[in-house]
Amino acid sequence: MFMIGPLFVKNSLIVKDIVGKLIAMQPILAVRDLVKLYPGVRAVDGVSFAIDPGMCFGLLGPNGAGKTTTIEVIEGISPKTSGEVLYKGKPREARFREEVGIQLQTTELPQFLTVRESLEMFRNLYHRKADLDELIGACRLEEILDRDNRQISGGQKQRLLLAMALANDPELLFLDEPTTGLDPQARRYLWEIVTQIKSKNKTIVLTTHYMEEAQFLCDIVAIMDNGKIIAMGSPDELLKEHLQGAAIILPHDLPEKSLQNVPCKWFKVGDRIEIQTERVNDCMQILIAQGVDLTGMTVRSQNLEDLFLKLTGKEIRS
Amino acid sequence: MWNRIRTLFKARNKEFYRDKSALGWNFLFPFLIILGFNFMFSQDGQNLYKVGVLPPIHGESAVIEKEYQLFLQSKYIEFVEFDSELEALDKLNHHRIDFLVKPGSSKYWVSSSSPKGYIVERLLKAGGENSQSGFIRQSVEGREIPYVEWLFPGILGMNMMFSSLFGVGYVVVRYRKNGVLKRLSVTPVKPYEFLTAQVISRMFLLLATTAIVYTGCALLYNFECRGSYVDLIIIFAVGGFSMVALGLLIAARSSSEEFAGGILNLIAWPMMFLSEVWFSLEGAEPWVQQLSKVFPLTHLIDGARKIMNDGTSLFEIRYQVISLIIMSGIFLVAGSYFFKWQKD
Repeated sequence: MFMIGPLFVKNSLIVKDIVGKLIAMQPILAVRDLVKLYPGVRAVDGVSFAIDPGMCFGLLGPNGAGKTTTIEVIEGISPKTSGEVLYKGKPREARFREEVGIQLQTTELPQFLTVRESLEMFRNLYHRKADLDELIGACRLEEILDRDNRQISGGQKQRLLLAMALANDPELLFLDEPTTGLDPQARRYLWEIVTQIKSKNKTIVLTTHYMEEAQFLCDIVAIMDNGKIIAMGSPDELLKEHLQGAAIILPHDLPEKSLQNVPCKWFKVGDRIEIQTERVNDCMQILIAQGVDLTGMTVRSQNLEDLFLKLTGKEIRS
Repeated sequence: MWNRIRTLFKARNKEFYRDKSALGWNFLFPFLIILGFNFMFSQDGQNLYKVGVLPPIHGESAVIEKEYQLFLQSKYIEFVEFDSELEALDKLNHHRIDFLVKPGSSKYWVSSSSPKGYIVERLLKAGGENSQSGFIRQSVEGREIPYVEWLFPGILGMNMMFSSLFGVGYVVVRYRKNGVLKRLSVTPVKPYEFLTAQVISRMFLLLATTAIVYTGCALLYNFECRGSYVDLIIIFAVGGFSMVALGLLIAARSSSEEFAGGILNLIAWPMMFLSEVWFSLEGAEPWVQQLSKVFPLTHLIDGARKIMNDGTSLFEIRYQVISLIIMSGIFLVAGSYFFKWQKD
């Protein structure tokens, strides 16, 4: 009897721990073989992934890759052709709308309302409401609260749209290209806000065609092209797995024969040449031997954009 | 649910009263109608025919002179003097005047294609025979309904119709076009909640505007509502509701303001002409009369006229009220069914 108590307590703790871990392991969002067809176009072609709670998951790809269609099917805006979308292990129910926050790629704000009124309006559409002051602080809207929606800048509009998406204190947040069209400063500003949101253990699904954005914000990145996921993993894992070298950028075009003996892959990107190589020294020597003008040349470590180039042979911002 | 409807209702109202141009127009329009009424029922405004008069020539026979003098005494004819025969004939040709006469010359001119000219010609010729008529004049017995009181419910109904159809239809189409509806679609708001908020908001505005026009006209023309004001408010509320619901049905799917505008006009104009706003359909082809019953405006105006002109109770116009309620139900159910949050 002496041992039973502690054993029982110990076992129950173990069971509780296992159950807790199992629950914790359950993805907050799982997508299986998702297909979306439009007449003559396979916009989403068998996409599958699962996102654990608290992760920032990025869908990275050029315009037309199928990112927005994928996210809109998951959000329930567009019906799926086939496949499965599970929220907390179950098909989406009415509570999905209550528990998720969504920032669409393009939308107008309600006209003739102030920033504060817009926020209050969206808060009042939900049962669960984020604290208004916290929301205003988190999205840095203090100075424009009484301003008419029509009189705010692009960056301020995106911050307001983000605050509207957070109005119900969502567990899962969808951000569809939140920084497209913003200047670099406004983009950085928004990244800081998203980083703070991440720190509150929110799960984020983000689409972007900015490689730096995905690398800065996302724990897991899925690279999409032609409706398919062509690579998925953490940015570091992806780079380690696919790229080990450096990128040499020549800011001008070259005749193909000067690159014939270069021991690596090279790509024409616009009016420049990008060489991806693990043997930088050899490469440089060959280029010099070929008499290639190296003025303005840059050598840098490879990034997700290079990975996309390697996987698809085309630029991510095409 | 009610919290969401109240939120959307408040947002829509704020949008409406802060949109100075829309607010101005919605309140200015009724006053323009009142001014129009004022003109229409002033002495000059009631003239139905325009007769051009050229400078007289002396030497007319006594009989013709007497005929002309009787003709001049006719009510509802405006006599316009011209110095030049050429100018007057040009006006007649272009139907700017209905008839032209040259006193003393025994001559008059009339366009054979002008119905009004035909009537004026008959009036002129009848002048001399007036005392010889075999008919004996009788006055209408009982309480007479002045024309303005007959016309007024029609004008109010017409104003409600345009405000409902265009006020709701255009707004919903604009919301769909600029993505506001798409944003709302990813919140817990359901289509019927959004539509209900739009209906209540527009109804609020419609009844306020109608009350202002009614009060303004009642003060100006001193007319009375012979029935109950409560009944009148109910028939206006039910009628307004059905037309707002019709506006929502029309705007259920479109994201093109031009297309929606075309459809709204396609419905609004026949409805205005066939709902007895301006003239009675008495004597019209039976199929035209049957067709007019399809329009909610017909039942609204019919019910309102019976209350205002005849003092009828709500129970006696139950056919109109029930018709409007059924139409509202059909329009709302169909509107919700066909409703799309976003453009194709």
